[in-house]
Amino acid sequence: MKNLILSIAIIAALSNSLSAQKYFTKEGKINFFAGTKVEDISANTGSATCVIDAATGDIQWSVLVKGFHFERALMEEHFNENYMESSKFPKSEFKGKIENIGSVNFKADGTYNVKVKGDLTMHGVTKNITTDATITIKGGVISCTSKFFVNPKDFNIAIPSAVQDKISNNIEINVSGTLAELKK
Amino acid sequence: MRKNISSIIKTGLIIQALFLFTCANAQKDTTDLLSLLGEEEPTVDYATATFKTTRVINMHSVENAAAGVLDFRINHRFGPFNMGVNNLFGLDLAYIRLGFEYGITDRLMVGFGRSNVNKELDFFGKYKILRQSTGKKNMPISLSWFSSTVIRTDPFPTTDRKNYLSSRLFYCHQLLIARKFNESLSLQLAPTLVHRNMVLDSTIKNDVLALGAGGRMKITRRTSINAEYVYVLPNQLEYKYKNSFSVGIDIETGGHVFQMHITNSYPMNEKGFITETTGTWGAGDIRFGWNISRVFTIKERKEPSH
Repeated sequence: MKNLILSIAIIAALSNSLSAQKYFTKEGKINFFAGTKVEDISANTGSATCVIDAATGDIQWSVLVKGFHFERALMEEHFNENYMESSKFPKSEFKGKIENIGSVNFKADGTYNVKVKGDLTMHGVTKNITTDATITIKGGVISCTSKFFVNPKDFNIAIPSAVQDKISNNIEINVSGTLAELKK
Repeated sequence: MRKNISSIIKTGLIIQALFLFTCANAQKDTTDLLSLLGEEEPTVDYATATFKTTRVINMHSVENAAAGVLDFRINHRFGPFNMGVNNLFGLDLAYIRLGFEYGITDRLMVGFGRSNVNKELDFFGKYKILRQSTGKKNMPISLSWFSSTVIRTDPFPTTDRKNYLSSRLFYCHQLLIARKFNESLSLQLAPTLVHRNMVLDSTIKNDVLALGAGGRMKITRRTSINAEYVYVLPNQLEYKYKNSFSVGIDIETGGHVFQMHITNSYPMNEKGFITETTGTWGAGDIRFGWNISRVFTIKERKEPSH
């Protein structure tokens, strides 16, 4: 009797700690392409943060808008000043769920295609997005990538008519990260 | 035995409670996973775009051309409004300065220009000493050093003196102290020293001290209203010279910045508008002018700037 209760308690405690398995990175990479044939507009950052809860499939990203770097200084200034208004809205965030997290075995090598759904907040506007992502597990290293498109209009980012042919209304965003186990 | 079982159940309940507690914790975590990463490391947040371009109106601002960027500038100042309709209120008369200005690093820029006012060439350097920032490093102001040399290349004004090259030289040194108070309001002060190698006669000083003040107020994301005033400390200049006062508007479109203004100064280099402004606002002796800035990226950046 005593052993039974104890072992139930231990299993419960173990499964609890197992379910709390989380992975994170503070060096997530995000780049985007907002240009058209007329002008190449792209920027990248390597300091996005991400946490994934392997049990629930909850996933969260956060990135400092000022952390994006352009090859052209003036573009970077305009990106921050005129489009993203990064002093007012310093961060962009994504908060969502990996819908088929159950199909991912974090303990074994493999590549899994997953569906991610959640809220993307940029420029003070939150919009629900759905995207495909890939989770790759190799030798205990977990990496994930995703690509999706956004329209600046949806996020209340006005493009003046003078530069309308230079800025795409279907901006490609690539996200990737190599995640480590979060030890608490 | 009975006592034993009840104590086991008690232990079980405690473990259960703990388990529920950690569950509740886990529950809380899922609402904000990022909070699990703890406090974010603070970053240095530099104030950017204190002004839209490297000039407030006539006066240099704390802004520099970024590293590897060439700024080609075309400045015009027309004749005074009081020239009347026959001269289209001054538009028939145009003074012009063409400038090529380049950012060597994100802190250091150099430039030269040529103006048809006295056929002057000017050369300058500007260095960002301090940059306004918050976060990990708190700095309330931006501070830049500015120095320029002007050479007059027009025919020598007097025949009774020897025509030395040094007699044609002028210097200006300024400290530019600016603060971006919020997204729309930026103000700048500029203690200034102008040195003229040759002046008309010994009653006129070679060194002139002045204090420039300027500011901008954004009215939309891409336009702002600017004003600047240069106060020359009294008893340094001939009576005919006035303090320079200008108001204008900045309009930014992609790689261009247009600055349109009304000013009582027609020279477009520092020693000129600080010590040789002749117009008076009261008598309609003010003029329309513009600065056009077009930037070209000569060298693309591989590494982030800070």
